Amino acid sequence: MPDQGPPSPKMTARHLAVRYGGKLALKDVDLDIAAGRVTALIGPSGCGKSTFLRCLNRMNDTIPGASVTGEVTLDGEPVYGQGGLDPVLLRARVGMVFQRPNPFPKTIYDNVAFGPRLMGLCREGADMDAVVQSSLESAGLWNEVKDRLGTKGTGLSGGQQQRLCIARAIAVGPEVILMDEPCSALDPIATAKIEELIDSLRDHYTIVIVTHSMQQAARVSQITAFFHLGAIIEVGATEQVFTAPAKELTQGYITGRFG
Amino acid sequence: MTIGEQHIVKSYDVELGKLGDALARMGGLAETQLASAIQALENRDGELAGEVVGGDSRIDSLDTFINEQAIKVLALRAPVADDLRTVVTALKIAGEVERIGDLAANVAKRSLVLNQLPPVAQTRSVSRLGRLSLAMVKDVLDAYLGGDAERALVVRDRDQELDEIHSALFREILTYMMEDPRTITPCSHLLFIAKNLERIGDHATNIAEMTHFRITGKALSEERIKCDTTASLTGMPGHDEL
Ligand SMILES: Nc1ncnc2c1ncn2[C@@H]1O[C@H](COP(=O)(O)OP(=O)(O)O)[C@@H](O)[C@H]1O
Ligand SMILES: [Mg+2]
Repeated sequence: MPDQGPPSPKMTARHLAVRYGGKLALKDVDLDIAAGRVTALIGPSGCGKSTFLRCLNRMNDTIPGASVTGEVTLDGEPVYGQGGLDPVLLRARVGMVFQRPNPFPKTIYDNVAFGPRLMGLCREGADMDAVVQSSLESAGLWNEVKDRLGTKGTGLSGGQQQRLCIARAIAVGPEVILMDEPCSALDPIATAKIEELIDSLRDHYTIVIVTHSMQQAARVSQITAFFHLGAIIEVGATEQVFTAPAKELTQGYITGRFG
Repeated sequence: MTIGEQHIVKSYDVELGKLGDALARMGGLAETQLASAIQALENRDGELAGEVVGGDSRIDSLDTFINEQAIKVLALRAPVADDLRTVVTALKIAGEVERIGDLAANVAKRSLVLNQLPPVAQTRSVSRLGRLSLAMVKDVLDAYLGGDAERALVVRDRDQELDEIHSALFREILTYMMEDPRTITPCSHLLFIAKNLERIGDHATNIAEMTHFRITGKALSEERIKCDTTASLTGMPGHDEL
C-alpha cells in the first residue's frame, strides 16, 4: 500500500440497480463512499437518492416488491448475496437517521439504550449509563437533557428529537451513518446544530447524507454525488462540484435552471 | 443549462442581467475614455483631455453599482457553479476596468501638462502603444461579454508583445532624454504615460484570465512571462504607483 493517495473507500457500490415491481428506480450505479468523509447525495425528487441510501444498509429488503441487483461492500466485504453480511449486524455498523425525527414513545434514556439492549452490547447499570451519556454527548444533546433522562423523548423539540435519533444511532457503535434529509423538518437554528454535529462526527464516522438543500450539501460535505433519473451524473469534491461542475446537467440543477 | 440560459426563478435572471449590463456599460465607457485620452495626447487636444479627466467618475459610480449588485446577488441568491463564477468575476473585472479608467484619466492629465511643453517626436510611438492596449481592452471585453474563452486567451498572449514594445520605447525615450537634456521634462511625462498604457495591458490580461475562468471553470495557473526590463534599466520600480 502506498502511503499517500485517496483514502480507501469505506463502502462501494457497483452496478447497483433497484426495481420496485417493474419500475427501475436505480440503474447501474457505481459509487465509492470515502472513509471518514461526508458524502452528500443531491438531485431532483424521485431520482433515487433515498433508494441508493437504503441499499447501503439493506433497508430496501423490508420494502415489498423491491429488488436489488449489483454489489455493495463494507470494508471490502459483500453486503448482498451469499456470504453477505447479516442485515441486523449490518444495520448496527451502518446506522440510519430519517427525515422526520422518529424517537420511540419511551424515555430519552430508553431511546438511546434501545439498540445496545437489543444487541446485548452492554449490561444495565453503570455500563449502560456510560453508553447513554457518551452517545448523547456525541450527539450534542447531553447538556440539554441530562436532568430529564426519564422524560419522554417525544416531548423534546424537533431539533432535539433529531439529535436524539442521532444519539440512538451512535449508541450501537456504527461505522457509517446514513442520513436521509435529516433537517427537512427543522428550523434554521436546529439545522445549524445538526450541521455542526455532522462536522464533528466526521472524525469518527463515515457519513452519507441526502439533502434537498444545495447549500447544506455545500456546507457539510466533502464529496458530492449528483443523481438524475436513477443514475449518477457526477461525483466530485464538493468544492469542485459547486464552483465548476463537470457536467451541464449538474450545473443546470444546482444553479436552479431545472428541477 | 449554462451561462445565459434561464433560471426557474425569473427574478434571478433579472438580477444577473443587471450585473452584466452594468459591466458592459462600464467596459464601453473605459474604452471610450482610453480612446479619447490617446487622441487627446496625439492631437494636443486639451479640451478632450479635460473631458476624459472629468468622465472618470462615471466609471467609478458604475464600479460602485456593480459591487453593490454583486454583494446583493451573493447574499440573496447564494449563487453556485457558473452563476457564482459570473458574479465573482463581474466583481473582479469591475475592479480591473475601474483601474483602466484611472490610468486613462492619468494619461489625459499628463497630456495636459505636455501641451504646455514643446512637442516630442516620441509622442507618436506612445500613442501607437496606446492603440495596442486599447485593442486589447476592446477584445477582452468582447470576449467576456460574448463568453468566448479562446478569444480571451488570444488577448492574454498579446500582452507579451505590448510589454516588449513598451520596453523598447522606454529605452528609446531614455536615450533621447540623455542626448538632449531640454526634453527631460516632457519625456519623463511620456515615460509615465507609456507605463500607464503598459499597465492597462496587464489589467486587460487579468480580465482575460477571469473571462477564461468564468467560462471554463478552470483557473489559469502558470505565470505569464513578464518582459518588462525597464526597472533594471533605471532603478525605477517596474510598477510605480501613480
Ligand atoms: N417503496 C416504493 N415503492 C415503489 N416505488 C418507489 C418506492 N420508493 C421509491 N419509489 C420510486 O423510486 C424512485 C426513486 O425514489 P427515491 O429513491 O425515494 O427518490 P429520492 O429520494 O431521490 O427522492 C421514484 O420514482 C419513486 O417513486
Ligand atoms: Mg428521498
